[in-house]
Amino acid sequence: MGKRTIIPFGPQHPVLPEPVHLDLVIEDEKVVEAIPSIGFIHRGLEKLVEKKEYTELVYVIERICGICSFGHGWGYCHTVEGLMGIEIPERAEYLRTIWHELSRVHSHLLWLGLLADGFGFESLFMHCWRLRERVLDLFEKTTGGRVIFSVCKVGGVRKDIDKETLDEMVSVLRGMEKELKELTETFINDYSVKNRLVGVGYLSKEDAIELCAVGPMARASGIRQDIRLTGNGVYDKLEFEPCVETAGDCYARTLVRMREVYQSIDMIAKAVELIPDGEISVPVKGNVPKGEFMARLEQPRGEAFYYSKGADSKFLERIRVRTPTNMNIPAMVKTLQGCDLADVPMLILTIDPCISCTER
Amino acid sequence: MSYVTKSPWIIHYDGSSCNGCDIEVLACLTPMYDVERFGIINTGNPKHADIFLVTGSVNEQNITVVKLIYEQMPEPKVVVAIGICATSGGIFKECYNIMGGIDTVIPVDVYVPGCAARPEAIIDGVVKGLGVLAEKRAAMDQKPAVAAEVKEKEEA
Amino acid sequence: MSEQWKIQNFISIEPTQLVDTLQDYKAEGYRLAQVHCTKVSEGFELTYSLDKDHVLTNFRIILPEEEEIMSITGIYWAAFIYENEMQDLFGVKFKHMALNYGGHFYKVSQPTPWNPKD
Repeated sequence: MGKRTIIPFGPQHPVLPEPVHLDLVIEDEKVVEAIPSIGFIHRGLEKLVEKKEYTELVYVIERICGICSFGHGWGYCHTVEGLMGIEIPERAEYLRTIWHELSRVHSHLLWLGLLADGFGFESLFMHCWRLRERVLDLFEKTTGGRVIFSVCKVGGVRKDIDKETLDEMVSVLRGMEKELKELTETFINDYSVKNRLVGVGYLSKEDAIELCAVGPMARASGIRQDIRLTGNGVYDKLEFEPCVETAGDCYARTLVRMREVYQSIDMIAKAVELIPDGEISVPVKGNVPKGEFMARLEQPRGEAFYYSKGADSKFLERIRVRTPTNMNIPAMVKTLQGCDLADVPMLILTIDPCISCTER
Repeated sequence: MSYVTKSPWIIHYDGSSCNGCDIEVLACLTPMYDVERFGIINTGNPKHADIFLVTGSVNEQNITVVKLIYEQMPEPKVVVAIGICATSGGIFKECYNIMGGIDTVIPVDVYVPGCAARPEAIIDGVVKGLGVLAEKRAAMDQKPAVAAEVKEKEEA
Repeated sequence: MSEQWKIQNFISIEPTQLVDTLQDYKAEGYRLAQVHCTKVSEGFELTYSLDKDHVLTNFRIILPEEEEIMSITGIYWAAFIYENEMQDLFGVKFKHMALNYGGHFYKVSQPTPWNPKD
């Protein structure tokens, strides 16, 4: 029985670009307890619902998070379209799905890079981010922005992508896939990478259910849970099976995300094949009627939840966004108990925390 | 770039930004933009840093953190506010928990606009910051001499 | 399989029924998806969303402002984030929270910004 010490982690920490603070209670080299404290990024943007009209609010919601910004815009538009009873054109649904999957590729590559940086493999970090730049170039070409796009609006999308650009998108992604295979080799087989990841931060299936984990965190523990299966967007036409691993450790979480990158590329290719011609948006006029609507999306980090309450005016009464990290923090706190101090950064990284999402 | 006399080390803190600017700051370090070729290194320790990059605005909880990091940096130091949130509060200015730009808490030398700020703009901002850094260093070098002169006069 | 996301069901229950109801649903394999609060004229409108096989079930509670409500952290420990958030931003009072930050979860410039006192 060693002496207990408390080590503060964050808010400014080299491993994480974002501020999160943890008090780690240490006994010898083992973490006994971890107490998270958040609130460093709390802006209170849900309250802006009183000051911005429902069409303007898309821009605010997109800025909840710069990594999955497209998805946030989409989720919010979903709820408002549901409230107003708008059916958006099929081409718009396809375009939204393509951009959303592209966001997933970019987000997972970003995360793989950060993970590599976390365990000190800097060249792997650089390679992941080098590949990610190509996805950002595709975004810039199709939407005009690198991280915040503002391309989703209530009633459809703002920009169309022509046939040549869509084909080019697929060929760029296929080219990227080849280079990514080399990186995958390193992530999966490298001795030092495995040393840092295999068996670290084990979360059993029972615990994952008990702690309500979502997204890759749940899928790495053997739960087949993916909101894309509910058929939002055009996911029901793309025929996919969620990537599920059963090991439940940091390595399994890496594998899930790695496989999802390939899966997303395949889904984009399929969507490009199937995309129909037609309009990309429908005109939206008038007030949002009274009522409430809930929508969910599978973000790169897991299930995100959107809720809007209309009040028969141009202003909504309440919006609510529940982001995946919110649901994964309890699982992170539980897995931190009993781990080595040196593994703490790995554990925190493998839930893919997005603090600005969590606090809004 | 002829006036670069030293390779600055930067420290980055995410105020209450949306991550957009943060990942662009990180993107500056990676092969596409690669600021490391100028010797710019991202450090985690404020005591090693010359340039403080802040993204996002200040809120109630992170005021102390921003101040602490600033105070721990050795002189001369330069603060670069990245993105419109760090400059003025941006789209979140009306939120109840936002105090405004970084300059409400610490002095800012260079403002980089944009939502999110592009890596090119961030690099430009850091290079502008280098100029400010050189000026501050020159001022510091002069100060002891001036102070000594004043002292001599007083004694005489 | 598709169109599941369009399902919107809200079930109104009394504050006293909450714990028993959630306990029954948890035993059936439901997981907590989210909890949120809206300020309405009668007090607070709390929504507890549970998910099973990708279908949401929402429980709606109207809680007068002065009344306390039983915490659900005993059933779903993960709810501590939502309960602390509601306590800080709205001033909802919870009984027997497993992890209570006592109003220091979010440090905000004014107390309960969603439910201003003056």
